Amino acid sequence: MSFLTVVYAFLFYVAAAVLLAGLAIKIAQYVRTPAPLKIPTTPAPVTQSGVVFRLAREVVFFESLFKGNKWIWIFGWMFHFGLFLVTLRHLRYFMDPVWLPIELVQPFGIYGGIAMVVGLAGLWARRFLVDRVRYVTNKSDHLILALLVAIGLSGLGMKFLFHVDVVSVKDFFLGLLRFQVQPLPADPLLLLHLLLVAILMIVFPFSKLLHAPGLFFSPTRNQVDNPREQRHIADWAKRLEQQE
Amino acid sequence: MAKANFEVPQLQQYAEVPAIEPGTMSHSKPFVAKPEHQEPLGFPGELVENWQEKALEKMGDLLQRYRSLRVYLDACVKCGSCTDKCHYYLGTRDPKNMPVARQDLMRKVYRRYFTLAGKYFPKLVGAEDFTKEVLDEWYSYYHQCSQCRRCSVFCPYGIDTAEISMAAREIMDHIGIGQKYCNEIIGKVYKIGNNLGLPGPALADTLEGLEEDVFDDTGVRVRYPLDQEGAEILLVTPSADFFAEPHVDGLIGYGKVFHEAGVSWTLSSYASEAANFGMFIGSYENMRRVAQRIRKAAIDLKVKRIVFGECGHAWRVAYSFLNTLAGPWDFLDPRYPVPQHICEFTYELIQQGKLRFDKSQNDDKVLTFHDSCNVARASRMGSWPGGQFDIPRAVIKAVCNHFYDMDEETIRERTFCCGGGGGLLTDDLMELRVKGAKPRVEALNNVMREKKVTHMAAICAICKSQFTKVLPYYGMEMDQIVSVHQLVSNAIILTGQRTEDEAA
Ligand code: HEM
Ligand code: HEM
Ligand code: SF4
Ligand code: SF4
Repeated sequence: MSFLTVVYAFLFYVAAAVLLAGLAIKIAQYVRTPAPLKIPTTPAPVTQSGVVFRLAREVVFFESLFKGNKWIWIFGWMFHFGLFLVTLRHLRYFMDPVWLPIELVQPFGIYGGIAMVVGLAGLWARRFLVDRVRYVTNKSDHLILALLVAIGLSGLGMKFLFHVDVVSVKDFFLGLLRFQVQPLPADPLLLLHLLLVAILMIVFPFSKLLHAPGLFFSPTRNQVDNPREQRHIADWAKRLEQQE
Repeated sequence: MAKANFEVPQLQQYAEVPAIEPGTMSHSKPFVAKPEHQEPLGFPGELVENWQEKALEKMGDLLQRYRSLRVYLDACVKCGSCTDKCHYYLGTRDPKNMPVARQDLMRKVYRRYFTLAGKYFPKLVGAEDFTKEVLDEWYSYYHQCSQCRRCSVFCPYGIDTAEISMAAREIMDHIGIGQKYCNEIIGKVYKIGNNLGLPGPALADTLEGLEEDVFDDTGVRVRYPLDQEGAEILLVTPSADFFAEPHVDGLIGYGKVFHEAGVSWTLSSYASEAANFGMFIGSYENMRRVAQRIRKAAIDLKVKRIVFGECGHAWRVAYSFLNTLAGPWDFLDPRYPVPQHICEFTYELIQQGKLRFDKSQNDDKVLTFHDSCNVARASRMGSWPGGQFDIPRAVIKAVCNHFYDMDEETIRERTFCCGGGGGLLTDDLMELRVKGAKPRVEALNNVMREKKVTHMAAICAICKSQFTKVLPYYGMEMDQIVSVHQLVSNAIILTGQRTEDEAA
């Protein structure tokens, strides 16, 4: 077993643990924190299923962003949809045999990779070109974009320039899932790709990437507009009533 | 044209997004509350010694009590969608008035003290210590947010800057630096029963005067009752309705509608205020205390229904929060929603054909309608989403022949704030109010030119007061702003009313 293989195996266990535990803690925090008042941004759905539909439109189409700014929407949606296809395509490294739908999506995954990088480039350009966006951009915002672009480019590099033995990569990750360490090919581009991915996993729960779970907990989006019909009250507010 | 000691923005035909100009409004801050304004609300009289520690403690407390705060401080990706949506940014060019930048004033403190990234890499994620300078910035810019929620419409995660500025004001109140305007007013409600400090006898006088006016005008005895036990409906309305123009014309209208509906109703001298400034300062406890007055009045007067007059943020508190703060309302008539908006009430009667109008009475006007933020984006009327847009328009169209909407981008859920909401309707913020009104006045100006609109109707006491004051700065007339029920009042034909000829 090469030293590199051991290091990467360790790295991915750590990264996975940080990602899962970090997200679990964050989500538990969101679940436990009450929303004491009804604050949906109206007009809002008046039924629970309406709310599910509203959230689905936000997740799939970025509805509010579409209303807000067409350029951000185009690039943002391109990036996320690309990311989604890439993720589906990558699932083949984690399953054997590969499900048919994942098999079918393989060719599209490549376009997804390209779309993702182009989308990111557009979003990044806005951070320099639009004075308002430049004003609110922190270093971390640039770094996350850089990280994702680097992941995308290193991935595309493997696909189009320096091929790697994807079968061994798959063996390595399937092995990790079964707690057996298999050798990892030592191509520099692959090692870079994987190192960056591990970093992404680690920063996820500590960064603005929390927007992904956050959306589902946003009271302006996930509340039903029925305050006159149903009394809504948080536990801490109930205690105020009992004090009287 | 009103005189200003600052530059009044130029109105343009096509709204454009200005380039940022840092610091243009950093001097703006409202008067600070004195100890006598702070203490009745349960806040320390002046800046406490260990303010930083206390502020962070309060912030930690709010983070555990408000999911909105927690999620919104975490989730923003700095996408920029909200940056050109705030009327205060559009009117002042100050980048700290971009919603995301306003949130960042708190986010940088949150990150520094409550997140790992900010504790160890503050420079990277824009985290900052909570210094006196930061606190001063908070005081300035969290009082440049009218909590209108326009930003939340366009944010992909629905981040509502109003939630952040409410929390910021709550934190500042708890370390002793409140805003005089809001806190003084809440004190008046506790002491006297309404924002304007009108005592019961003065109310009785005013209402009697209204009865005489209406009688002189129409020959019909329309009643404006106060503290009438056993009345069916308790009307809760903003205290501006009791005397100021154009508000009082609205109140006259409500009375005429109740009269024609044949229901008994009453005002309460104890709960003689629909407004609830507890919301503006983000204080659940104070908001609840103010709301409880309505519950007590409803019980004492043994009414069966509660109806709210024309007021924007009051309707938000009424529609969205009243059940939470002062419910359950199981002792009222279950056939009606609690509470109802006066527009819902009038609309229903119109639908049933129970009101008769002479629309020509409003023919001297060409109207447009200003959707008030809190009605548009934080509440509803009727049983369908968007009823808050349809119902007031339907009422106006039932009583007026000439109506045109302003540009789609500036109405309904995209409506621009009047510039005076959220506890900013005070003379010490005049520059902010005038500049913040720009996007709305621009849209009004356009329909005035293109459709010959003469008047703008509104259903909010703050909007009406704000426009009355601000329109003259833009070369318009203060009486171009009217109440919706003022229009109803003009057109309604009371049963047994004298005709024009008899009156003449
Ligand atoms: C529920 C899933 C998700 C939803 C609904 C969502 C939605 C959004 C939206 C609406 C934006 C703003 C527009 C834009 O800048 O693209 C955004 C930005 C962003 N998202 Fe997501 N996202 C999701 C998951 C993810 C994941 C898994 C990642 C990470 C790898 C990610 C990374 C980013 C980044 C880096 C940005 C900021 C782009 C910039 O700097 O402009 N998102 N997301
Ligand atoms: C443990 C996780 C990952 C592994 C094992 C992995 C591995 C690989 C490999 C072996 C390739 C080359 C594919 C080929 O030559 O056909 C690749 C390509 C790529 N990877 Fe990853 N990757 C991982 C995570 C990610 C993530 C999280 C992203 C995006 C944020 C990403 C983005 C890409 C892109 C855009 C490509 C090029 C397009 C494609 O072939 O799909 N990868 N990755
Ligand atoms: S709530 Fe309104 S005033 Fe406040 S930041 Fe958002 S758009 Fe501006
Ligand atoms: S629209 Fe929402 S996510 Fe985008 S910058 Fe504004 S607050 Fe942040």
